[in-house]
Amino acid sequence: MSATTIPQASALPRLGTLLETVAAWLLALAWVAPLLYAVWAAIHPTGYATRFELFAPLTLANFAAAWEAAPFARYFLNTFALVTMVVVAQFVLCTLAAFAFARAAFPGSGILFGLVLVQLMIMPDILLVENYRTMRALGLVDTILAIGLPYMASAFGIFLLRQTFKQVPKELEEAARVEGCGTLAILLRVYVPLAKPTYLAYGLTSVSYHWNNFLWPLVITNSVETRPLTVGLSVFASTDQGIDWAIISAATLMTSAPLLLGFLLFQRQFVQSFMRAGIK
Amino acid sequence: MTQMTRRAALVAGAGLLATPALVRAQTVRELTFYYPIAIGGPVPRIIDGYCEAFQRETGIKVNPVYAGNYGETLTKAVTAIRGGAGPHFSVLLAAELHSLRDMDILTPFEEIEGAGDLDAWTRGFFPAFMANSKAGGKTWSVPFQRSTAVYFYNKDWFRAAGLDPEAPPRTWAQLVEAGRRLTQDGKWGVKMSSSAGNGQWTFGAMANQAGHKLMNDAGTETYFTDPRAVEAAQFWRSLAFEHRITPQGSIEWGVLAPDFLNQTTAMIWSTTGNLTNMRTNARFNFGVAGLPGKDAPRTVVGGGNLYIFKNASPAERAAALRFARFVAAPEMAADWCMKTGYLATRPEAWETESLRRYTSEFPAALVAKDQIPVATGELSTFENQRVYKALNDNLQAMLSGGKSAQQAMADTQAEATRVLRPFRG
Amino acid sequence: MKPARTTLHAWLMLTPAMLLLVGFTHYPAIATLWHSLFTTPRATRPARFIGAENYLALADDPVFWQALWNNLVYAGATIPLSIGLALAMAMWVNGRLAGRTALRIAYFTPTVLPMIAVANLWLFFYTPDYGLLDQLTATLFGWGPTNWIGQQETALGAMIAVAVWKEAGFFMIFYLAALQAVPPNLYEAAAIEGASRLRVFLRVTLPLLGPTTLFIAVNAVINGFRLVDHIIVMTRGGPDNATALLLTHIYELGFRFWDTAAASALTMILLAMLALAAAAQFAFAARRVHYR
Repeated sequence: MSATTIPQASALPRLGTLLETVAAWLLALAWVAPLLYAVWAAIHPTGYATRFELFAPLTLANFAAAWEAAPFARYFLNTFALVTMVVVAQFVLCTLAAFAFARAAFPGSGILFGLVLVQLMIMPDILLVENYRTMRALGLVDTILAIGLPYMASAFGIFLLRQTFKQVPKELEEAARVEGCGTLAILLRVYVPLAKPTYLAYGLTSVSYHWNNFLWPLVITNSVETRPLTVGLSVFASTDQGIDWAIISAATLMTSAPLLLGFLLFQRQFVQSFMRAGIK
Repeated sequence: MTQMTRRAALVAGAGLLATPALVRAQTVRELTFYYPIAIGGPVPRIIDGYCEAFQRETGIKVNPVYAGNYGETLTKAVTAIRGGAGPHFSVLLAAELHSLRDMDILTPFEEIEGAGDLDAWTRGFFPAFMANSKAGGKTWSVPFQRSTAVYFYNKDWFRAAGLDPEAPPRTWAQLVEAGRRLTQDGKWGVKMSSSAGNGQWTFGAMANQAGHKLMNDAGTETYFTDPRAVEAAQFWRSLAFEHRITPQGSIEWGVLAPDFLNQTTAMIWSTTGNLTNMRTNARFNFGVAGLPGKDAPRTVVGGGNLYIFKNASPAERAAALRFARFVAAPEMAADWCMKTGYLATRPEAWETESLRRYTSEFPAALVAKDQIPVATGELSTFENQRVYKALNDNLQAMLSGGKSAQQAMADTQAEATRVLRPFRG
Repeated sequence: MKPARTTLHAWLMLTPAMLLLVGFTHYPAIATLWHSLFTTPRATRPARFIGAENYLALADDPVFWQALWNNLVYAGATIPLSIGLALAMAMWVNGRLAGRTALRIAYFTPTVLPMIAVANLWLFFYTPDYGLLDQLTATLFGWGPTNWIGQQETALGAMIAVAVWKEAGFFMIFYLAALQAVPPNLYEAAAIEGASRLRVFLRVTLPLLGPTTLFIAVNAVINGFRLVDHIIVMTRGGPDNATALLLTHIYELGFRFWDTAAASALTMILLAMLALAAAAQFAFAARRVHYR
């Protein structure tokens, strides 16, 4: 921020703006550097992963090698199924719970909400062994359902939607009630449409989280039919041969391409949805 | 599957049929096994091929499950077994022997039906690869994806420094001498990994180079304060602080190969598992040699063995053992060696025509094999990972200049003694 | 509507979510607490009740204290840095800077890249000699090679930088949404009074961002203890525990040493710390932030 008190249109604020622009761009450069580097390393032969020469030969061999190393087509399908399932379940469960917390004044709601918020802090990653036992008891080991189940009731989602629902004017609800709508109809016709931006914002956040989640899927899945993309990525993570940055880069780009593209295409709507979601 | 694998499968199958003592596990239809991948290339496809070949021979379907790297595979297998749904057998680090025994999840091979000729069979492996397999008079695993520590050196660079590229260092003194000539501004003579999970491997080799073994066979005692262990630690420290031919601080395993390929390091202590990588990516002449010793080359083995778990039924255990024999058959072991760069685990595999032809075209593979007789087993104790951590933490402190070699070894020994107390007496 | 029916509806709507929450969060957490009071079961020695002994053993473990200290440094650095940068990014992207769409995309990319792969790319940045950071510092300042993650002085800082990189863009989105929702007439009023940009920022913008900051801070605090994937990939807590954090130590105890009892005890300590932090934040917020 410029700290000057001189009125606008003088030279100093413009200098301040210039400095800010430079700083903003330098920061942006640092932030995309890993991605830029990944692109560089992925499209050149292995030897050029660490040397930057303008006329280095181009190749797609790294993508081919990465694609060969694991059944990525199937993994894409699994990740897609997983993410879809988790997000749909989260929407349904969190909507119902958030609505109850936002609008129903009932005894014990404060304590229950506190119990929900506990999940914000307890990380599924450290409850691996206990959760594995539960899945085993349910007969769900090595299913896509088991990967998603612990995340479906999300404290984050309940919290966000509760905030949004609380901002819906009571008058709208009362008007609907006068028209004879039941509780569920009010939720579906009044609250859900008004919370669309929150759903979009939360949905995208959730997609990117589950697209990239690794440890729990690794533990709970055993077969090609259930494993998500990140497990395929881990083939390249640590080997006797040391790191091959070219192939890791190709694999990273390949697996995160749908997310990156999605964000590039929808980034305006994405930010606006956060804005309209009134998350604050 | 390739031509080679198919033929290998036929030969291996014939070998199986000729084994009269083997129980035909007719009731077993399916087995599950976990395996880690620690090298590049299409390993899953190779493993799938072997499983298919095994099914054609025996009618038993084996479901191979790629389970991450070694650490992840162990985590996954143990978590699954504790959850009651584990695999029947698995490839895990050979050095985890005692820790796995402590968990009481293994079946000793002697107790598997139809393992009658076990002794004759296990004697057919290189003894160094069996070094982490026996304990308490029983066999707990057999070698599968095995390697030895070797070093790679840059021949062009040797020549430029006035060193003979065909006579790489064989002793510590020669290593220091060569390193001094090779080290220049921003370029290092030699590098070896001291990072978590790798430092103990490097140090196991160094202790062997000083003529010392770091633990007893029962895995209940360690000998870090032995003068020869201290000497080995002192040697490592001197490379960084006295001779300055290797950097101070910790060095990640993962960057050794890139360091070498980028020609910022003249010699790297690595594994035979890296041969194919070097052959494909080096843009200069390089050589492979056995690690130098105090007086003559000495090294350490590495890699994974096949373990059979207790939760498998007797028939499933027998079938798993049958699979272990299947992949250890000469043609199979030779095929595995050529496709992955791991060492064939039995001398007879090196006599096969295919492997002979391969080594004559690519003599570097023979260098690795020649190290087997001078190799020691990996550091392997109860509470293995705790002992590893104690050693690696202290090695890192020593290489950052925080501790003397004496101090680092004394501290490691104190922690190891504390950790191993419940297992003695 | 009658209160009884409201309550019934509320419970019906809450049940599915609560069942899952209890099954996969509360129950395993309590099971963890239970297991922390026993020894780790081994082949020849079944678990037996030992009360607080696992906790006392942790108190004797120097690695625990170092991990605790490291974690406080890590959280103490990542929380303000990521929040501060997120705010700066949001102000820039919300303002009239050239190319702000491109900036917004740039800031957000780390959020969509998987840590398991990205950590390896960062390893390249930190590699001595030919790593990007060394190439850069050599060209700009003429520095020699630095073993960024291999020496105790810089390793933790290097890990903090990756965490901030991963988080800041995500938090920026929240700030950006809040900034765009600030009523323009507030700024106009400030402009009429001739307030400087700094004054406008301090007196108008910042107070309005209070609730957002609280929300982000809660997330940042949790991430200060949770975001360790890159450490497990890059250093595994080394060199000599310089980058060991509570969660990496839990992972090590539980899944490398198979000392599940000790891991459970440490988990309980971590949960207690997070609970304290959360309580402190909300107590602070209750006084300072005007929540709607």
